[in-house]
Amino acid sequence: MSDATPAAAKPPEADASAVDARREQSTWFRFYRRNGRALNAFITLVLVWGFFAVNNPVLFLNPIFYGAFLFSVPATVFLTTALVFVIVSGELDLAFPSVVGAAGGVFMYMVMNGFPVLGAFGLTLLFGAVIGLGIGLIVVYGRISSLVATLGLNFFILGIVNLLAQGRTITAPAAVDTFGYRLFVGKWELFGTGLQVPMHFVWCLVWTVFCWVLFKYHRFGVRVQLVGDNSDSARQMGINVERIRVGVFVFSGIAAAITGAVLVQMANMVWFPTSGKAYLLIALAALFVGGTPTWGGVGTIFGAFFGALTVTLIPSGAVAAGFAGFWTDFLFGLVIILTMIAHRFSGARVR
Amino acid sequence: MAANDEPIIELRNIVKRFGNVEALSGVTMNVRKGEVLGLLGDNGAGKSTLVKTLAGVHDPDEGEIIVKGKPRKPWTPLAARDAGIETVFQDRALAPQHSIVTNIFMGREITNWLGLTQVRQQIDEANRLMREIGFTSKVFNPESTVGHLSGGERQGVAIARALYNQADVIVLDEPTTALSLTETQKVFRFVEAVKASGRTVIFIGHNIYHVWEIADRFFVIDRGREAFEGEKAQFKGADHLIEMMHQLAETGRADTATLKQPA
Ligand SMILES: Nc1ncnc2c1ncn2[C@@H]1O[C@H](COP(=O)(O)OP(=O)(O)OP(=O)(O)O)[C@@H](O)[C@H]1O
Ligand SMILES: [Mg+2]
Repeated sequence: MSDATPAAAKPPEADASAVDARREQSTWFRFYRRNGRALNAFITLVLVWGFFAVNNPVLFLNPIFYGAFLFSVPATVFLTTALVFVIVSGELDLAFPSVVGAAGGVFMYMVMNGFPVLGAFGLTLLFGAVIGLGIGLIVVYGRISSLVATLGLNFFILGIVNLLAQGRTITAPAAVDTFGYRLFVGKWELFGTGLQVPMHFVWCLVWTVFCWVLFKYHRFGVRVQLVGDNSDSARQMGINVERIRVGVFVFSGIAAAITGAVLVQMANMVWFPTSGKAYLLIALAALFVGGTPTWGGVGTIFGAFFGALTVTLIPSGAVAAGFAGFWTDFLFGLVIILTMIAHRFSGARVR
Repeated sequence: MAANDEPIIELRNIVKRFGNVEALSGVTMNVRKGEVLGLLGDNGAGKSTLVKTLAGVHDPDEGEIIVKGKPRKPWTPLAARDAGIETVFQDRALAPQHSIVTNIFMGREITNWLGLTQVRQQIDEANRLMREIGFTSKVFNPESTVGHLSGGERQGVAIARALYNQADVIVLDEPTTALSLTETQKVFRFVEAVKASGRTVIFIGHNIYHVWEIADRFFVIDRGREAFEGEKAQFKGADHLIEMMHQLAETGRADTATLKQPA
């Protein structure tokens, strides 16, 4: 390309690449270049699983263990995959735990008052989208750092929920085992293996594929990546950067609402105000173990999925494998740090 | 020249301030349909600021932008692109962590009714564009990451992007800096092809001989104001233009009396 022979020396049609002996990278190398971070996350999951399985092989062939695992993993998956959009766009959302709690409350309030589960679910998603819109507008048009703004908003929303709930929990035993309930969190056995697959795990698979298509192929996802990579370039090319930024918070709000509505159903239609609190650090850890870098512009949905599986497996797996409970935090930290080092091999930031 | 006199773009009294720096203090510039306009001036004269204002990136503090006879307000990057103005910015406006295709279609993705990008079609189109401007190599393809390309190759991506839309006006802010001789010739051929198809080019460059070679008319700005302008035929040659620019740099004004009467 940068061959400096004078133009007159050869006709313009003679393309320098015809005599270029260099070759493109091999297909495999390119595949790793592009998917290395998701692959690292997958390998981490397999290694963590293998480590526990070696320590307690009997348990790790037990379908009940996996049934419990599949039961608890979807909440983290819903949250982490949506966080990919937020982090890739160059923002941070720390307010989602409060939205999880608020949305669960809204959902249960409707169900308690006789709303069908499906309809209440739809309205809860709308609620999540509106809250996300509010958060996005405050962050983007208030020109506040999203870290600080969402940290504050998390307390703020949780505070409102607490004031409204006054310490009460909401229950709606009548809604258990309705059609909607079974559609969301019912269980079915996988081909006579004794493995009970909960419906919300199936839904989290559907959601992950949806996020993947949205992230990789939809105009919205592509623009989220471009805004996170270089927001000045995106703006100069006519992308409405503010709208994309608000959009990721709306998306995060919807995911939080799904999580909130699923969590209360998992608890057999019982809601308490702080039901999302536990997921803040878990979802962020899953995201980074999953290989989405902190600097924005690039990320991986499947990596986030594997990351969510890994962070859910560590506490339950450690206990099941016979480690004393004190070990879980240690193992958790170890896995996070080791995968961060592994992801370094998939390349630093390209500028 | 081939240009007719009907202005396709009129910038009137554009003022642009950054804090207390006045980058443009009332610039009025017309661009005629079908001409190649050479925009010249020292470093920091305000050329890029003027171009970014025309591209909708900067909102002018005062003044009017009239494109194809219509005053444009509000004027945004998207509005500018929709009005048929494509810009190769001085900083190239690329997303380095993404592929050449993604960069070429940034803000103008080919999508179906669901908003899903048409990957195959975009790659084919990128291949066609890259061949058209002679921007091909065995070491990269449309799916290569822009951040791994050389400086000149990145410029190729930005130029291919400006070409895609068949825009009426193409603005090139220093497109030949960092380019080798062959690559510079490619850019010149590209400018000539655009002109031959009746479209308009605004060309910014510091190498006066380069700009002289391809422009029909010159517009020189100095510290945010118009210094002088003239048709190519009004100058005795490239050296005449250079002499006037030297004069401008040394004394703060150029002697326009040496220019011939416009034809
Ligand atoms: N975003 C900005 N913020 C503050 N000042 C700016 C900004 N953009 C440009 N300027 C100032 O405006 C003036 C004109 O800059 P501009 O980039 O238009 O110059 P230029 O003619 O393109 O120069 P060059 O030939 O070096 O590219 C400079 O003094 C510059 O420092
Ligand atoms: Mg400039």
